[in-house]
Amino acid sequence: MSGTAAEGPRNLAGFTKADYEGGKTTLCPGCGHNAITGGIIQAAFEAGLEPHRVAKLSGIGCSSKTPAYFLGHAHGCNAVHGRMPSVATGVHLANRELLLIGVSGDGDTASIGLGQFCHLVRRNVPVVYIIENNGVYGLTKGQFSATADVGSTMKNGRPNALMPIDCCAIAIELGCGFVARSFSGDQKQLRPLLKAAFAHRGTAVLDVVSPCVTFADHEGSTKSYAAVKQSDTPLHEIDFVPYFEDIHVDYAPGTTREVELPDGSHIVLKKLAEDYDPTSRARALMTLEEARTERRLVTGLLYVEPEKPAFDRDLGLVDTPLARLPLEQVRPPRRVLEEIMEGFRTGRGQVAAEGGG
Amino acid sequence: MNPGVNDFSIQVATVNGSGSQTSNTVLLRAIFQMGVPVSGKNLFPSNIAGLPTWFTIRVSRHGWVARAARTDVMVVMNPETAEADVAGVGPGGVIVLNDQIQVPPIPDDRVVYAVPMRALIEPITHDVRLRRLVVNMIYVGVLAELLGIAEGEIERALDAQLGHKPKALALNHQAVRAGWEWARDHLDKRDPFRVERMSLTEGKILIDGNNAAALGAMFGGVTVVTWYPITPSSSLIEALIGHLERYRRRPDGRANYAVVQAEDEIAAIGMALGAGWAGARSMTSTSGPGISLMAEFAGYGYYAEIPAVVWDIQRVGPSTGLPTRTSQGDLAFVHQLSHGDTRHPVLLPSSVEECYDFAMRAFDLAERLQTPVFVLSDLDLGMNNWMSDPFPYPERPWDRGKVLTEAELAKLATFERYRDVDGDGIPYRTLPGVRDPKGAYFTRGSGHDEAARYTESPEVYARVMDRLARKFETARALVPAPLVEDDDQAEVGLITFGSNHWALLESRDQLQTEGVRTGYLLLRALPFTEHLGRFLARYRRIYVVEQNRDGQMAALVRLESPADAARVGSIRCYTGLPVDPRHITDEVLREERAAGAGAARPAPPIREGVVR
Ligand SMILES: Cc1ncc(C[n+]2csc(CCOP(=O)(O)OP(=O)(O)O)c2C)c(N)n1
Ligand code: SF4
Ligand SMILES: [Mg+2]
Repeated sequence: MSGTAAEGPRNLAGFTKADYEGGKTTLCPGCGHNAITGGIIQAAFEAGLEPHRVAKLSGIGCSSKTPAYFLGHAHGCNAVHGRMPSVATGVHLANRELLLIGVSGDGDTASIGLGQFCHLVRRNVPVVYIIENNGVYGLTKGQFSATADVGSTMKNGRPNALMPIDCCAIAIELGCGFVARSFSGDQKQLRPLLKAAFAHRGTAVLDVVSPCVTFADHEGSTKSYAAVKQSDTPLHEIDFVPYFEDIHVDYAPGTTREVELPDGSHIVLKKLAEDYDPTSRARALMTLEEARTERRLVTGLLYVEPEKPAFDRDLGLVDTPLARLPLEQVRPPRRVLEEIMEGFRTGRGQVAAEGGG
Repeated sequence: MNPGVNDFSIQVATVNGSGSQTSNTVLLRAIFQMGVPVSGKNLFPSNIAGLPTWFTIRVSRHGWVARAARTDVMVVMNPETAEADVAGVGPGGVIVLNDQIQVPPIPDDRVVYAVPMRALIEPITHDVRLRRLVVNMIYVGVLAELLGIAEGEIERALDAQLGHKPKALALNHQAVRAGWEWARDHLDKRDPFRVERMSLTEGKILIDGNNAAALGAMFGGVTVVTWYPITPSSSLIEALIGHLERYRRRPDGRANYAVVQAEDEIAAIGMALGAGWAGARSMTSTSGPGISLMAEFAGYGYYAEIPAVVWDIQRVGPSTGLPTRTSQGDLAFVHQLSHGDTRHPVLLPSSVEECYDFAMRAFDLAERLQTPVFVLSDLDLGMNNWMSDPFPYPERPWDRGKVLTEAELAKLATFERYRDVDGDGIPYRTLPGVRDPKGAYFTRGSGHDEAARYTESPEVYARVMDRLARKFETARALVPAPLVEDDDQAEVGLITFGSNHWALLESRDQLQTEGVRTGYLLLRALPFTEHLGRFLARYRRIYVVEQNRDGQMAALVRLESPADAARVGSIRCYTGLPVDPRHITDEVLREERAAGAGAARPAPPIREGVVR
């Protein structure tokens, strides 16, 4: 229980909200990414994360700069363009006690980093993977990224003719156990999704549409504030009830769905127009496809599978983080070397192989 | 000893995928067990089955283990290359020929033993597929009889290779016997080549460099291994996986290491750096094409100061063509891998024992210097079998470098990630997970100040760059120093690195008998150490020997010491085959003559009978 002398109420872990803040943002005023940063700070505070148990990771882009603006008491690593997933995987291997928050952009994830993104999801490495999706490369001044919608225009009026890559659909396809879509302007939805993602053990993908006010907020852009407000179709209203709280709101029977996460916390989904089942992959993919043809942006928890085994379980690792193992545990004793040397003396330790490329 | 005794080389020409590797290993091992120094080199194609492959075994009572270009005994098993194989045997040479193979008339001054391989293998098994594999044991039997390799030694070697598969063992044994008995009953020995017992290999091991490196990594305490398959690097990781599974799991089966086969080499180094950043001992291994992909991350690791170990088992590049042939062409690229002002420490093992030793030291260096450290091996060293003394158990503990513990951090008023507190260019680091909030920092590429804050200030950037240069100076004292063998009477100094060492030893000997005495410096790392300057000053003419076309190491040496540059010559081999000592000798002699060096006064060889 530490924390600075900052004012304000303390959370379960004994920290104030200021303990979750970071450096001052250098992004454009009004940039959607700033709102997501605010959402992360609030969600981390409410979830009672211990900052030192968090590691922040990112690639390159305006979005990837943001880990410097939240959780200043956590280590952070701003890696290279599109390759945050591999760095995150390495960090997790070294110390799986850390909660990894990865921030990426649509260019960083869907363009240059698509391969690494897919493989992170496929391995189910525990990372809260936030894509700050504005459909353009903000930092290189407004070129289209691979998530730009067909017909959406650049600031100079040029339209995009290529099919967008839907990171949520890909994640679901690859077996991701937590896939959500949200909007930087909808904190009420974003915050509980973030908290649920923090509690999920495995890759949690949050694709958050986050308008770029400088290069993609014009008429003709499908990811402008105006366009998103118009097309946003929430699947449900979301509450997150952490393991340390009781479900204290009375919901009318039959109006909610609940998902329990392994740590005992609950996601409560209040039905809206229809009863959306987030545990069906087929349903999730169909919903995304329908939304695409109808040019709607569906937001909410698209798919969840809380029990899916994470990467470290597959690897059968010891409990102690690998980074902290003492020499005695990782250097086998002398007799092992002698045994191996004897094998190479007699030839039993080595059997021939050939070929390759 | 007669000239043909324990001093000749065998070449076996087969097709790959035909199981000849087991036969060749048995031959090699049997000779080794007889106490006679031996080395084996596999010259294989980039293919799984059906292309020509050659295996050379050099038997040398002097202990020479470099590739000998001359073939004394040729075993012809591949119809497709038979004509050329036969033509490659000089007068006095021996040809052991599968009698089913048609070859043009062979001159009388070669000894030909035609062996009815098919007739011999047929009664042993009816399975046609098995015949193709086991027929290779026939030549083992024939050679054993011809060369006088003790039967018991062949059996022991065979048992070591196949003892775990009793059926295969019996079948192969039968084939060896068939070849043996046939040769005994039908062949008149008409050549001088023989193996006689010595005691020069007693207690020694035969091991490939990749396996040695894998052992070093395990005993060095590696915890995170990431890789993407590529010849000739894969066998390093595969050996490592084997050792780790066996010796680094707890009784309950849980692993105190993680191995991840990444989606490509970019991810492999990204994972290694992520793990290094978070405090694990991490490594990856690859070859040239993978190194190319790692370039951006290598620079990132350099600027962000993150430890990781990267092995490059060099091969000829790029892509298709000669990926299974050896080379030292990655040196300059690896040393400065990435954009911007990068310079990486590079370790240059020359022997299997150094592969083992440097595998451990590379971790210590990477963590001490907080930077990616590269280890440059090559296909010849990595994939071929070399004699060595058994490796010593590491007596020293590991060096985890300047990592602040929770308690140390608590005692500090402030912590700044990139401040040069000690003046050696190496800052202190903390690991993610430390409780003390002042320990947290944000890692970036080039734009940071001493406190790891973002800045694009020109002064700060230059300051950081100067400190990194200082760190590189510190590295000079930490990397393995060269091995130097001075000769007071020599005017010529030879420099090399890596697996060429063995060819150079022999070449020096040849040069000495031709009247050219030489001093010798074996480089074992970059950056260079002070030894290089002394060596350059000492000799009139220097030759840097290496396996690439443009003389990359020679260029680095000249850059390091411009005043000596004019005296630094370059001898290069770039055929994709391990260096032949004679090539070096001839090149030095040619250059020396061109330089008008003094009259040649032949001297006795340096190390007749020395086994190293
Ligand atoms: C290897 C490499 N190529 C290109 C760049 C240039 N670059 C920097 S940011 C960026 C695009 C970022 O777009 P996105 O991930 O969508 O982030 P945004 O700025 O939109 O938040 C590019 C192409 C780079 N840094 N590295
Ligand atoms: S350029 Fe766009 S994405 Fe980048 S900070 Fe400005 S508004 Fe945000
Ligand atoms: Mg973008």
